[in-house]
Amino acid sequence: MSAMRNAGTLLDRAWRGLLLGLMTLFVVNIGLMIAAVATSSFAKRWLGTWLPDGWTTTWYTAAWKEFQLDSVLWVTVQVVFAVVLLALLIGVPAAYTLARRDFRGKKPLMLLFLLPLMVPPITYGIPLATVLYKVQLAGTIYGVILANLIPAAPFVILVMTPFIEQIDPNLESAARVFGAGTARMFWHVLVPLLAPGILAGSLLVLVRTIAMFELTFLTAGADSQTLVVALYYAVFAAGVRAPQSVDAMAMVYMAVTLVWLLIALRFVNPTQLVSRVKEHPQAVA
Amino acid sequence: MATAAAPLAREPFDRALLLVIPAGTFMVLLFVYPFLYGLWLSFTPKEGGALANYTHFFTTDNLWPTIWTTLRLALPATLINVGLALPIAFKMRVKSPYQRWVTTILVVPITLGTVLIAEGMLTYFGPKGWLAQFLHFVHLYDGPIRLTHNYTGVLISLVISGFPFAFLLILSYITGIDPGLARAAATLGANPRAQFRHIYLPLLAPGLAMCFCLAFVQAFSVFPSAVLLGSPAGPTRVISIAAYEAAFEVYDYSLASAIAMIMGFVQFVIVAAVLGLRNLFYRGPMIGGKG
Repeated sequence: MSAMRNAGTLLDRAWRGLLLGLMTLFVVNIGLMIAAVATSSFAKRWLGTWLPDGWTTTWYTAAWKEFQLDSVLWVTVQVVFAVVLLALLIGVPAAYTLARRDFRGKKPLMLLFLLPLMVPPITYGIPLATVLYKVQLAGTIYGVILANLIPAAPFVILVMTPFIEQIDPNLESAARVFGAGTARMFWHVLVPLLAPGILAGSLLVLVRTIAMFELTFLTAGADSQTLVVALYYAVFAAGVRAPQSVDAMAMVYMAVTLVWLLIALRFVNPTQLVSRVKEHPQAVA
Repeated sequence: MATAAAPLAREPFDRALLLVIPAGTFMVLLFVYPFLYGLWLSFTPKEGGALANYTHFFTTDNLWPTIWTTLRLALPATLINVGLALPIAFKMRVKSPYQRWVTTILVVPITLGTVLIAEGMLTYFGPKGWLAQFLHFVHLYDGPIRLTHNYTGVLISLVISGFPFAFLLILSYITGIDPGLARAAATLGANPRAQFRHIYLPLLAPGLAMCFCLAFVQAFSVFPSAVLLGSPAGPTRVISIAAYEAAFEVYDYSLASAIAMIMGFVQFVIVAAVLGLRNLFYRGPMIGGKG
């Protein structure tokens, strides 16, 4: 009996060790992968040795000029902030109604907002790009913003809905009793109370939009590329440039993304970055 | 909440409903309409009858095999990701500072995205990268190491980007299960394995099915890593590459839409199969006591 139990705990321990080992292996390799890019971006010459021959920062200035990073970064800033702002503008009111009201056609509407988060961008990106080319918006920064709004607006809705449900509806009734119209109630009661939710939602959309490759790639023209698309083209044409210069650009991209990720993680749970697929408990009718 | 809405519902028209119109219109115009337009476009080819694009796809040697190429990458990747994520997420279900750290670290590769992972892998997993050097150094494997520009490279990149996704998703499902249920079972003498087998697994079935579907759909639409880390002309010529080429290299939007529709259809078939399978299992509340 005790021998059996010992064998059981031994097996348990081996199993636990295996899982821990796999996890550690994964994390260590990701860390080393990032370290390798960082090392290469500062390397004078690095061919088949543990560490490069010498260190230099010239690749950063080279990459900055070669890939026109100042204009790429400016486009990225414009796209990202426009997407966040517009997504909030159309997402928050919709989230309010979906959280507070029951109406006919609510289920299909929810599905309409859930689908773009589940269908991968490249599947709907190609028909979307076709339509945007037809109305001559593709290739411009407006086309890129519109395309990025498709996953961003539903994401705001899904993040905001639980925040809105937490607010006591009596507060709204009280505001109405004192004669506030819908607009006034929105600005003076709901928006201040929703500030944490709006902050969380906009940071999540911001981080996701910086890293959104497929939709921007399919709709951007030469002068409306964001950082991640420019990085793709740099890696794609790797043969013609020094690998260090591409790595330096990758470091710039990584720095931009990670700074915003760190800011976002102060306010949100990491799991929220993965799309929220959990069905929200519906109010009991 | 429902009672507060009730008196408003009796009014002739609830103006709050107007608030969904901007978002709803936007989604119809930029998500539903392009999809329907693409569907229509796929049946109006440049030349030939309505089905010309589809017959072209299934009779051309560098088009129809892309379905199998993609499935051969996406299915193993999804199985690895979900299969590894489930036991590890189960081990970490208890809230602790450790859990917070691991989730934070795992969110980094997701945020960085596939393009950066591809560049990192080219540097790190390449024939002269640190990994190859290390393996040669400890004589674990002495032959040439080719982990990039082939099938393996794309599979590894799908695991790097897909495993954290599956892990975080499953973790959020597991932490949603009331630990009181497992504690009750433990009082009756169930060890962790029995708890997992008889309590967590049945309750997780819907979440796992959903996670499998999402992870699969993502892996099936692999694009940047298949180009940058694979050999896009041969063994990793996935269906999204075929669609992209048709649209932006041949400028045949009609054929490209047809390929996109086929891609969506294959994803739909697998998702429907998984969700159908899931229906064979237990359905019930995830929380004990009074629901």
